[in-house]
Amino acid sequence: MTEMTYREAIRSTLIEEMDRDPRVVLLGEDIGVYGGTFRITEGLLTRYGPRRVIDTPISELGFIGAGIGMAMLGLRPVVEVMTWNFSLPAADQILQNAAKVRYFSGGQVHVPMVIRGPNGAGVQLSAQHSQSFESFYGHFPGLLVAAPAMPADAKGLLRTAIRGEDPVIFLEHAALYGIKGEVPDGEHTLPFGRASVVRQGRDVTIVSYSRMLYLALSAAERLVHDGIDCEVVDLRTLRPLDMDTVAASVRKTHRAVVVQEQWRLFGAAAEITAQIYERCFDDLDAPVERVTGEDVPAPYARNLELRAFPNEDRIIDAVRRVAG
Amino acid sequence: MKRLEERVDVQKMLDWYRRMVLVRLFESETERSFRRGKIGGYLHVYIGQEAVATGFLDAIREDDIFFTSYRDHAHALLRGTDPRAVMAELYGKVTGVCKGKGGSMHLFDVARGFYGGYGIVGGHIPLAVGAAYTLRYEGTDRVCLCFFGDGAMNCGALHEAANLAGLWGKAGLCPVVFVVENNQYGMGTSVERASAVTNLARRFDAYAIPNEQCDGMDVLTVYEVACRVVEEVRRTGRPYAVEAITYRFSGHGAADLFQAYRTKEEVERWRKRDPILLLEARLREAGVLDDAKAAEVRAWAEGVVLDAVEFAEHSPEPPPEELYTDVYGALGR
Repeated sequence: MTEMTYREAIRSTLIEEMDRDPRVVLLGEDIGVYGGTFRITEGLLTRYGPRRVIDTPISELGFIGAGIGMAMLGLRPVVEVMTWNFSLPAADQILQNAAKVRYFSGGQVHVPMVIRGPNGAGVQLSAQHSQSFESFYGHFPGLLVAAPAMPADAKGLLRTAIRGEDPVIFLEHAALYGIKGEVPDGEHTLPFGRASVVRQGRDVTIVSYSRMLYLALSAAERLVHDGIDCEVVDLRTLRPLDMDTVAASVRKTHRAVVVQEQWRLFGAAAEITAQIYERCFDDLDAPVERVTGEDVPAPYARNLELRAFPNEDRIIDAVRRVAG
Repeated sequence: MKRLEERVDVQKMLDWYRRMVLVRLFESETERSFRRGKIGGYLHVYIGQEAVATGFLDAIREDDIFFTSYRDHAHALLRGTDPRAVMAELYGKVTGVCKGKGGSMHLFDVARGFYGGYGIVGGHIPLAVGAAYTLRYEGTDRVCLCFFGDGAMNCGALHEAANLAGLWGKAGLCPVVFVVENNQYGMGTSVERASAVTNLARRFDAYAIPNEQCDGMDVLTVYEVACRVVEEVRRTGRPYAVEAITYRFSGHGAADLFQAYRTKEEVERWRKRDPILLLEARLREAGVLDDAKAAEVRAWAEGVVLDAVEFAEHSPEPPPEELYTDVYGALGR
């Protein structure tokens, strides 16, 4: 095991995979000369040259579409979006081409491609730069969606994504790039669709992913003082969604809280909650609670922003309600 | 002016003639099949535009590749895709080129370098640019053709992709030919009503992409332009754009019944330059086609179309389990 940051976990995986496979190429805005907005790709232009580390204009529709064409011809592009907010001009490419071309070609082509970058709210970035896209992209069959919280998972899932055969929406979080964690040495890979029970507990299951997982974990620690023993499940990927692990936990605790940063309506937690009811209705001792972002565009003012997104206190309140 | 025989082998031209007649009869049959309810969804035929794809697809090598929009039947047939498999796809049968999962708008024949028909106007153009990059990245001298209509000229996808192609072309890394099939209308909106600059070729100047217009009704002209352009793109790795001026004789799609956006007189005027009639006149002049030969070609094409329809009619539908295949590869299952 080696301790490294989430950022370093992603960067080192890119390097390892680029060393291993000349088909892996990087595209994105300011990933080369500038070094990457979040320094993920720092030094890679020097290491691999401009044919493999392609600085693009601010032209997401164009370069994400081009990445899909590269993947269809056998390359393994890893495309950086500076943030996922900027993927929207390319949503047509991602949803209409990448997600579907395998299907409507009757399996004649596929798109082994990763699109990665930070998802979710930052610090006072206001309405256009603070959104979460896991349910948006998770809605579409043909895409895979990862949202790792831990450096080790970021590494393992990214490696699997790069070596895979499908387009992967790889959702990082800007607030996590500096987080440190133990990462297995060697070619650590992690399959998609396997949630992880990151804290064992008896009383309430908290389901989350990405940055919200850390709030769930600290809420769980504080709840120990109330005598409530929480189990915390990290989904790690949202498509495929490992509801077996979630259901097994809920059958044990009989109570569940689902935490997401994004808006409540049609969010990931709505799907997860619905599936908990479908699978565990008779096991539940209380209605499932959702802790979500407020149903407004993200504000700029810090005091308003703090109210707009989940925090530990809201998770604790929700757990106390379900624990009755 | 060179004599015809000096410009191109007349046997090659006879072959174009056969294929263009086949495409015309095939698509006329699809219009009938659509009205009979045998073909569902949308149906966009290429009738009137045949010279463009015929000339361009005959100018590329077997290992070259191409992308196009949803008006894609002709491109498949002209590249040599089995007419049975094309018709079966339109009939929604498992024997179709995409097992009945794509339909009219999404024909594919990757084994022949046909990377697909796409249903969102302009949406496939970035793919072709990335594909062209890959051909050079892998050290080949293959080229990529990207067909699209005049309607796509006003889409962001075209402009973002063309800019990337211009940029990557500077390093010799983007051997793509943009083939603008200007059939005068994006659905019912004429080029004049849709594009602030109506010389569509010149719009590629903005991206440092050499460009020209050509007569898209004359297959010989198209072929000559295509050969020259493809050779240059293959040699330089730089993009090029050709605007082929052509005309769609049928409606935009099978549902375009009234065509209020154009007059009968206009259609008749263009019909006088029907690419098949133009080619036929040339061949008669060269003494290699007469009434008997023309009838023979027509009978052959009718036979191929009939056989394709029979095959499609009698092919099985996709089995129910086909619904769930081709969504993911191994990782996502």
